[in-house]
Amino acid sequence: MATSDDNLQPKFMYEPVIPDIRQWPIYELSRDNKHFIQQYVAQSKAQIIQRTKTIDALEDTIAKAVYLEDRRIKESPWKIDPPDEKAFWKQIKKNLLNYSQNKANLQAAENDIYNDLDNIVNRYAQEIVGHFEIPYYRFAAKFLPIFFNRLLNAAGQRNWQRLFGKNLLITENILLRGHLAEIRNLCTKGTVIVVPTHHSNLDSILVGWAIHCLGLPALLYGAGLNLFNSKPVAHFMNRLGAYKIDRRKKNTIYLETLKMYSRLTLQQGAHSLFFPGGTRSRSGQLETQLKLGLLGTAFDAQRLNFMNPQPHHPQKIFVVPLVISYHFVLEAATLIHQHLKSVGKEHYYIDKYYFPNISYGLKFFWKLFSQQSKVWLSFGKPMDLFGHDLDPEGNSLDAEGKIIDISRYYESKGSIVQDVQRDNEYTRLLSQHILARFYSENIVLSSHLVAFAAFEILRKKHRTLDFYGLLHLPEEDRIIPYSYFAKVIERLLAQITVLHENGKMKMSESILQSPEEVIKDGIKHVGMYHDKKVLRKTSEGDITSDDMNLLLFYHNRLEGYKLEEIV
Amino acid sequence: MEKVGVIGAGSFGTAIANLLAKNNDVLQYVRRAEQAEEINVKRFNKKQNIEDNVIATTDIKQLAENTTLIYAMVDSGNFSSMMKTLSPHLNPAHIIIHGTKGLNVLLPEGKTLAEMQLLSRQQIRTMTEVIQEESVIIRTGALSGPNLALELAQGFPAATVVSSYFDEVINLGRSSLHSANFRVYSSYDVIGVELAGVLKNIFAIASGIIYGLELGENTRAMLLSRSLGEMVRLGRALGAHTEAFYGIAGIGDLIATCASTKSRNFNVGYQLALGNSLKDILSNLDEVAEGIRTTKIAYCLSNFYKCETPIINAMHAILYEEKPIKDSIGELLLHKHSADADFVSIFE
Repeated sequence: MATSDDNLQPKFMYEPVIPDIRQWPIYELSRDNKHFIQQYVAQSKAQIIQRTKTIDALEDTIAKAVYLEDRRIKESPWKIDPPDEKAFWKQIKKNLLNYSQNKANLQAAENDIYNDLDNIVNRYAQEIVGHFEIPYYRFAAKFLPIFFNRLLNAAGQRNWQRLFGKNLLITENILLRGHLAEIRNLCTKGTVIVVPTHHSNLDSILVGWAIHCLGLPALLYGAGLNLFNSKPVAHFMNRLGAYKIDRRKKNTIYLETLKMYSRLTLQQGAHSLFFPGGTRSRSGQLETQLKLGLLGTAFDAQRLNFMNPQPHHPQKIFVVPLVISYHFVLEAATLIHQHLKSVGKEHYYIDKYYFPNISYGLKFFWKLFSQQSKVWLSFGKPMDLFGHDLDPEGNSLDAEGKIIDISRYYESKGSIVQDVQRDNEYTRLLSQHILARFYSENIVLSSHLVAFAAFEILRKKHRTLDFYGLLHLPEEDRIIPYSYFAKVIERLLAQITVLHENGKMKMSESILQSPEEVIKDGIKHVGMYHDKKVLRKTSEGDITSDDMNLLLFYHNRLEGYKLEEIV
Repeated sequence: MEKVGVIGAGSFGTAIANLLAKNNDVLQYVRRAEQAEEINVKRFNKKQNIEDNVIATTDIKQLAENTTLIYAMVDSGNFSSMMKTLSPHLNPAHIIIHGTKGLNVLLPEGKTLAEMQLLSRQQIRTMTEVIQEESVIIRTGALSGPNLALELAQGFPAATVVSSYFDEVINLGRSSLHSANFRVYSSYDVIGVELAGVLKNIFAIASGIIYGLELGENTRAMLLSRSLGEMVRLGRALGAHTEAFYGIAGIGDLIATCASTKSRNFNVGYQLALGNSLKDILSNLDEVAEGIRTTKIAYCLSNFYKCETPIINAMHAILYEEKPIKDSIGELLLHKHSADADFVSIFE
């Protein structure tokens, strides 16, 4: 059952807030795509020219882009990359050489540089932009539940109990929690940015589905370009309004063009989905640091909306933190492996993502139903870009509940001004607000709790071992006597209850039981997908783990609350 | 001319108001009507003449409505309550730069600071944090440096640091304060600058003791250089970068405060060395000596983070455990030997 903090009648599926899809901001955005792209390219170019300041610096920026693109094409080619890519960049490179020889005719050389910039930005813009098409949305919305229900029935047959139960629906295993009514209301008062935690490749599909169930207009979503490698997925994603983000492209021109897309769409009121952590959490921990690039575009959009208010566009931008809690993450084994490999040497690496191709996704949903597992989506309290609470009209409120005018945060000497450094700092502060909400909205599941307890008990018992020693603990040393385990769980539950009551975290129903029941439930659900048992009972009734890496992964979900102090 | 606000009219607040008056009209908030009159009519306050374009008011609302840049110059004990009075009149366009050398402590219910032995970073707030938590203001800055009020009033050349996460605030601080005899440096290490200004008061008391005991300059030099190390170590534990400690607001302020007989904290130490009791000394002070309270806070923080701070510990013993000064110094001299300037390289 969906329950919420704001007395919304609990339901699995809510009435659409805006019934006519043609009035959805995402649709309005793609209605005049051609005109939009023209405007988009022009603004991106202007922005890059403004940032680089001189023509020499611009030339330099193009040269760097050529160099980086050249390397990318050689080092990590993808199926989706256009075939003319090599030729395109070769031509730009040639042009670069030409200008330096053509410096005698300055005007002509300058024009050539602007021309090249135009071509590059155009190319990127065409790649980034998504199109939202109503028939595809309708199809997905209708087809998915039918498909899931078929799957569910099939899965159900493997579980005899289900034969006698009522027909379960997909929606009943995806639980929406938190400030649902407030969010439904606010999406008509301004532009909503949903910022979820990110643990699994399925997050975006789940969030898309959850947003549909909540009756909100579809969100504009930046999907990794790698997801488009699979043709059928690409076909759908394109038409469901997803725009493309290529994490391999690191040059300034690409990044500015990408950010401009986000800024323009926000300015036009398109509700959006950002994964502020950037990529999936490798360690299984809640995000501890956020990427500020896309988040920063919200501050630009907000400022421009205040400077040039448009009669038909909502002015304000709201942020909704969203915490997704799974009993098991399909890719946990790979993620924790990557995490452990990179710990200690911070370095950026390009993801070798393999998208949830169909069978991968099916596996997840199959497990979700046949194993009676659930996913919790906890929608946090919406806030403005400066972390303030909002009233039903979308006005920002101070701590005393008084309405404040946040446009004045952009003011200097009486008028709203652009100040990149100031807004970067505002973005950093927003990311702290979001992180704080992630921790307070985190829903503790029985599986997280048992994994946390088991790992911490072992860590304490073998405190002389270093971290890696602990992960290679011999099997016979991993056994925890049941009675001791139960005592620790009891202590943890008491502390979690205190944290819950103080608004520091949230408890799921799965831990609102006796310690014995919580242990039973937790062991059953923790990482149920994996081949090796994350936790199991031995024949003597004690607790042990068959996979310490995965135990660490699920344990990490409760890091950051100082719970280890009471184990 | 842009009007700038100043809250507080202690000796430092008065000196800053006068400095600001060189570049701006100044509206100064004071609590007591008599003090406003001293400023507005007699043009004399805290042993300083008042510049013509400084006007005092007892109406804090008037101050908030007529200025966007406000300098908050009240002592740390009154800072939080001042913010509560000011807060309802502030809006997001306001910018506050504070010059308060103190920390706000969030005590567990029913506890007094004197009873505490441990304090974590989460239990203390710097003044910029107090401003942000008690109001809608985000753009804040901290002012700190070797700025003995009476020397500023005499117009001797001096420098200060304005630190903020915002260039805008730093620039405003500079343009409003800068003058021929007053230089304004900038820093992004807000926590470092705030902590340096706070912690140095402990060592000013220690320096006063050494002066009172007539132990000479070698001893004082030893004290100052080892004090810097304790500031750096504790600062690191509390999340500061360490650049600030090596600059104007760090070592600069440390030298000034520990050398000057004009400093209040120094005087507390001096009187102690002469054998006066702390109670008597405090009852004769007309302004707060922040160092006494800071010693307790720093001692608890140091305990929590297990920092090596023998001087802070010795000052705590003298001020809070009634340990004879001679015994404390004796113990300090027996402290284990370590490498010189060890605090510079660790972790860096």
